[in-house]
Amino acid sequence: MYPASFGYSAPATLDEVLSTLSKLGDEGRVLAGGQSLIPLMKLRQAAPAHLVDINGVGGLDQISDSNGHLEIGALVRHADVITSEPVSRSVSTMASAAPWVADPLVRNRGTVVGSVAHCDPKGDWASVMLALDAQVVAKSMAGERTIAMTDFIVDFFTNSLEPGEMATALKVPKDVPNSGGTYLKLERKIGDYATVGVAAFLALDSAGKIARAGLGLTSVASLNVKATEAEAMLTGNEPSDELFAEAAESAARASSPSSDVRGPADYKRELVRVYTRRALTGAWAKARGEV
Amino acid sequence: MLISVNVNGAEQQREVEPRKLLVDFIRSELGMTGTHIGCDTTSCGACTVLLDGKPVKSCTLLAVQANGRNVRTVEGLKQNGQLHPIQTAFKENHGLQCGFCTPGMMLVGSALLAENPDPSDDDVRWAISGNICRCTGYMNIVKAIQSAGQAMQGA
Repeated sequence: MYPASFGYSAPATLDEVLSTLSKLGDEGRVLAGGQSLIPLMKLRQAAPAHLVDINGVGGLDQISDSNGHLEIGALVRHADVITSEPVSRSVSTMASAAPWVADPLVRNRGTVVGSVAHCDPKGDWASVMLALDAQVVAKSMAGERTIAMTDFIVDFFTNSLEPGEMATALKVPKDVPNSGGTYLKLERKIGDYATVGVAAFLALDSAGKIARAGLGLTSVASLNVKATEAEAMLTGNEPSDELFAEAAESAARASSPSSDVRGPADYKRELVRVYTRRALTGAWAKARGEV
Repeated sequence: MLISVNVNGAEQQREVEPRKLLVDFIRSELGMTGTHIGCDTTSCGACTVLLDGKPVKSCTLLAVQANGRNVRTVEGLKQNGQLHPIQTAFKENHGLQCGFCTPGMMLVGSALLAENPDPSDDDVRWAISGNICRCTGYMNIVKAIQSAGQAMQGA
């Protein structure tokens, strides 16, 4: 299968990338790992007029530690996350999710930022970023801005970047003391999309109550879902199996899965309930330092 | 666009359309047909090549993206007329039946052994989990990769 014809440039610097994107406007599309974009182009479900390949741009492959955040550059591959010492030390939810993304060969190529920017509701990373309240760093010739994840994801395959703008990094809050997160995913086989995925993060206050809760859901709606009602139910309360069960019911209500080859909608909604409860229990154990 | 790719140690210059996939570049432009096209949808791993030493799916990479880089295909495993230990091990352990997935399996196996010369069953199964074999049930593939590791350490 061949994609439709397109123009191609491979700039060597970020400035050059941004000026090229600015000239191209709507016609331009950034090519990072290409593990979602190229398959879509081959199936002719996407036909960008011009690809701006950023793989030759130096410095974008870094995971840097700054002020309570890890900054994940636009060329950080999924495989880099698995082996990253800063991630395993300070962003437990990402460390938990990384081995579940795609398969080893795709992980050598695909990028975290690209996966988030792609806005496929079956993508794992966006759920993690929603649970953690991460921010997208967007750059253009006009300057730089940061976009909250909930504002970044607009709809099915649609993000809020302007023409000429590029997502250059993700700013991911690091775990605080007495916090932890986990990602649970049901997949039919390695490399398959999630039937259902749940990212959960909990931070406890000094009394052991929940100071902050984050929940992100994969493959259960036309976009990755932040289960805000469930997060609010958890916040300020004493963690318990009963509380987690209530929050899980709420997360299931917040999901609107469709029936497909991976199972009927009711089954998936039930999975959201079960996986949310389990993910919260897992996050709580991590927050207490038991795992 | 004129590109230059180092394939199995030899510089290959060709004029290609940006939309040409790396797997097609290797098969049609270079005439090396050991890299297979299986699913053509990033699922099966039959098109696996090593890009700067790392296994990737060449059906999901543009040839222009390999410009200036090193690609190794199954044809590049043999050195100085000698089979690579992983090729010998696949033969001796009956690590293949129809052979369609074999180039990808051997390349992934060789990349694994470069990092981990003595992989456990789980290590091997994890490494080959992006490559599908429809014949063997994987048992002898795992055995072959481990046995190649032993042979390489002994050498």
